[in-house]
Amino acid sequence: MSADFYNEMYDPAGMLRPHYQAFAEWLASMPAERLERKRAEADTAFHRVGITFAVYGEEAGTERLIPFDIIPRIIPAPEWQALEAGLRQRVQALNAFLHDIYHEQAIIKAGRIPAEQVLDNSQFRREMIGVEVPSGIYAHIAGVDIVRAGAGESYVLEDNLRVPSGVSYMIEDRKMMMRLFPELFSRHLIAPVQHYPDLLLENLRTVAPKGVVNPTVVLLTPGAYNSAYFEHTFLAQQMGIELVEGRDLFVKDETVFMRTTQGPQRVDVIYRRLDDDFLDPLVFNKDSMLGVPGLLSAYRAGHVTLANAIGTGVADDKSIYPYVPEMVRFYLGEEPTLNNVPTWMLRKPDDLRYVLEHLSELVVKEVHGAGGYGMLVGPASTRVEIEDFRARIVAAPEKYIAQPTLALSNCPTFVESGIAPRHLDLRPFVLSGKRGIGMVPGGLTRVALRAGSLVVNSSQGGGTKDTWVLEN
Amino acid sequence: MLSRTADHLYWLARYTERAENLARLLDVSYQMSLVPQSLAAQNENWRAILALNSLESAFAETYCEVNVDNVLRFMVADPANPSSIYSCLRAARENAHAVRGTLTAEMWESVNATWIELRQQTFEQILARGISEFFDWVKLRSAVTRGVTFGTMLKDDALHFIRLGGLLERGDNTARILDMQYHILRQSDDEGASDFYRWGALLRSLSAFQVYRKVYRDAITPARVAELLILRMDLPRSLHACADGIVRMLQLIANAASAETERQAGVLHARLHFARIDDVFAGGLHEYLTDFMDRIYELGDGISRDFLIAA
Repeated sequence: MSADFYNEMYDPAGMLRPHYQAFAEWLASMPAERLERKRAEADTAFHRVGITFAVYGEEAGTERLIPFDIIPRIIPAPEWQALEAGLRQRVQALNAFLHDIYHEQAIIKAGRIPAEQVLDNSQFRREMIGVEVPSGIYAHIAGVDIVRAGAGESYVLEDNLRVPSGVSYMIEDRKMMMRLFPELFSRHLIAPVQHYPDLLLENLRTVAPKGVVNPTVVLLTPGAYNSAYFEHTFLAQQMGIELVEGRDLFVKDETVFMRTTQGPQRVDVIYRRLDDDFLDPLVFNKDSMLGVPGLLSAYRAGHVTLANAIGTGVADDKSIYPYVPEMVRFYLGEEPTLNNVPTWMLRKPDDLRYVLEHLSELVVKEVHGAGGYGMLVGPASTRVEIEDFRARIVAAPEKYIAQPTLALSNCPTFVESGIAPRHLDLRPFVLSGKRGIGMVPGGLTRVALRAGSLVVNSSQGGGTKDTWVLEN
Repeated sequence: MLSRTADHLYWLARYTERAENLARLLDVSYQMSLVPQSLAAQNENWRAILALNSLESAFAETYCEVNVDNVLRFMVADPANPSSIYSCLRAARENAHAVRGTLTAEMWESVNATWIELRQQTFEQILARGISEFFDWVKLRSAVTRGVTFGTMLKDDALHFIRLGGLLERGDNTARILDMQYHILRQSDDEGASDFYRWGALLRSLSAFQVYRKVYRDAITPARVAELLILRMDLPRSLHACADGIVRMLQLIANAASAETERQAGVLHARLHFARIDDVFAGGLHEYLTDFMDRIYELGDGISRDFLIAA
C-alpha cells in the first residue's frame, strides 16, 4: 500500500476503515474458489444480457464487455451527504450560468468571466440566445466526475452536461452484486439506486412544455452503432418510453411528431443522447442524417423540451471549468463546497511557459477532448511521448489546459495477480427538474485496471464497481 | 408503436418465413430431381426455380450452367444473392437487432443463434452432411423462432405486425410453390407412378402429406391437392388460412388510413372463402394463383403505406 495515495479501504496505518469492517470480514471468510466462481458467473451474465459498449477506432462494430469488479466502493453516509450538498450547489450554479449567458450575461458584465471565454467558445450556441426553456433548466442530467486525492479530499474533475453516460452500468452493477452476494445486503444498509429510471422519467415529465398535461417523453438515439446504444435501449425500456431515431420524428407547424402505426403522435419531451451538432441539419451540421430537420424551430417556439438543452457544452468545457467556483459565488452568494482542480490555461503565456517547463509532472488535456482520448499524463509518459505532445501544444496552445497530476485514491480490486489497489473516480448523476435537484445516492465508480494508471475511462480499459452509500 | 419498429418486426417475420419456404421449395425440387428423368428435364426444373424468383440474370453473372449444384449453391449460400437462404436469415437477424428492445430475450437469442450457426458452416460442409438435413435445420430454426414468439411475446401490436408479415409471406410462398410444381407436372408426359411421387413430394414440402391422407382418404389427384392448398381453411399453410389471418391482423392494427387495405384483404378472403375448386380450374389454376400473388403484393404495398412509412 503506497502512502502517497488515499486508500478507500485502509487508513495510512494499514487499519481497516470502519465502513469497510463488515465487508472485509465477509471477504476474509469467503473461500477463494467461491469468489472465482462468482466472478465467472458475473462475466457470463453480463455477456448474455449483452451489456457491452462499442469501441471507436477499432475494427468496426467491436463490442466489449466493461470489466466488473466485485469489491464495492463504500461511502459512509456523512461523506455522501457532504458530497450531495456540494453537487446540488454546483449544478444549480451551472444551470444559473447557462440561463444567464443566453440572456442577460450578467456574469460577463460583472467582469467575473472574460467575455471571449464564453462568446468565442465553439460550444456557445448563438441560436439559444433569448430562448426560454421550461423552469430555466438547461442541464437536466449532469454526470459530475469526482476524484479523491492524497489526504482524502474530493475534487471535481469534470462537469459533464451534454450527454453523460454510464448510468446503466451503475444499475446493472447493483443488480449483479445483489444476485451474486445477497447476504451482503442483509449485513449492510445500502441505499438503493435502481429507481433511477423512475426518478429520471418523473424529472423529464416535469419539464414538459407549458400546458401539456400528460407529456409524451421519448429517448432519441443516434442508433445501433453508437458506443452507448446498450444504455439507450436499457433506459428506454426501463422508463417504458419509445426509443426513437431522427428518422422516426418530423416537425410540422413547429411541433414534433413521431411516426407511429396509428399515425403521427405528438412528442413533448426528448431525452436526447445525440450531440448538439447532429440535432437539426437545417441549423447545425448540414450533413447529419441522425437529426430532425426543423427541430430547433419547434424548440425555440417552446413546443418541445430537449433534455439536456442545446448549448450546455459551453458550461462543461475545460476552458470554462476554472470559473465554476466563481459561478457559485456569483449566482448563489455561497462559497463552493466542492473543490476545483487548479488549472493552467495554456492560452495564457505565463501558464504556457510554466506548463512547458513541467510537462513531466502534469496532466495536459484537450479543451474539447473527452473519453480519455488525446491527453497526456506526464508522470506515466515516456520522454518521446512528452516531446511529441509538447509539439502539439506549441502548435495550438489555446486548445489545451493542464492540471497537477492528482494522487487519485485507490481501492482494493481483483486483478490477475490477486487483490491489488487500483485508482478510481466517481460519477454521480444529478437530475434537475421543476421540483428541484435530485439524485440516487452514489453513482458510477470507474476503476483503472492497469497498475498505476490514472485513466478510468472504459474506452481506455477501465472497469466499474458497485458503489454503496451506507445508510445510518 | 413506432412505424420503424413495426417495419423491422414485419420484415423480421417475412424474412424468417421466406427462408423457411425457400428451404421447403428447394427440398421438394431436390427430392423430385431424384425421380428418374432426363438431365435436360431436370435442369429445366432448376431453371424454373430461378424464374420463380426472377433471378435468371443475377444467376448468370456468376454461374455458367444451370444445374443442381450451381442452383443450390446460389439459392442456399450465396451472400450476393439477396434471395438466398443465407441472405434471408441475415436480413431477419439485422431487423431483429434493430429492435432488440422490443423483442423478448428468448426471441432475440433464437434469431441470433440461427444466424450464428448458419455463418459457421460452409456450403461444402452443408453438402457433406446432406442438403436435406440442412433444409430440415432451416425449418426447425424457423419453428423455434415462431414458438418463442408466440410463447413469450405480449399480444400487442408488436406481435400483430410479426403475424401479419409471416402470413403475407407464407401465402405468397405457398402460391409460388404450387404454381411452379403444377406447371412442371402438367408438362411432364409420363402419367402414373412418377406423378404420384411428385405430388407426394409437393405435399410433404408443405407439411400437408399426412393431412391429405387424413382429409381425403383417397388417391392423390391434382384437383384435390390444389383444393387442399388453396381452399382448406384448416390447413395452416393454405392460401385461405393465410388470407383469413391477414384479415384478422388488419382488424387489430387498423388505423385512420387503412380502410382501403382492409377492404382489399376482405375481398381476397371472400374470393377464397366462397370459391369452388372447379371454378378455380375453369379459369386456369396458373391465372388464379398469379392473381392471388398480385393481390398479396398489393396488400403488402398498402400495409407499407398505411402503417410502416406513415407520415
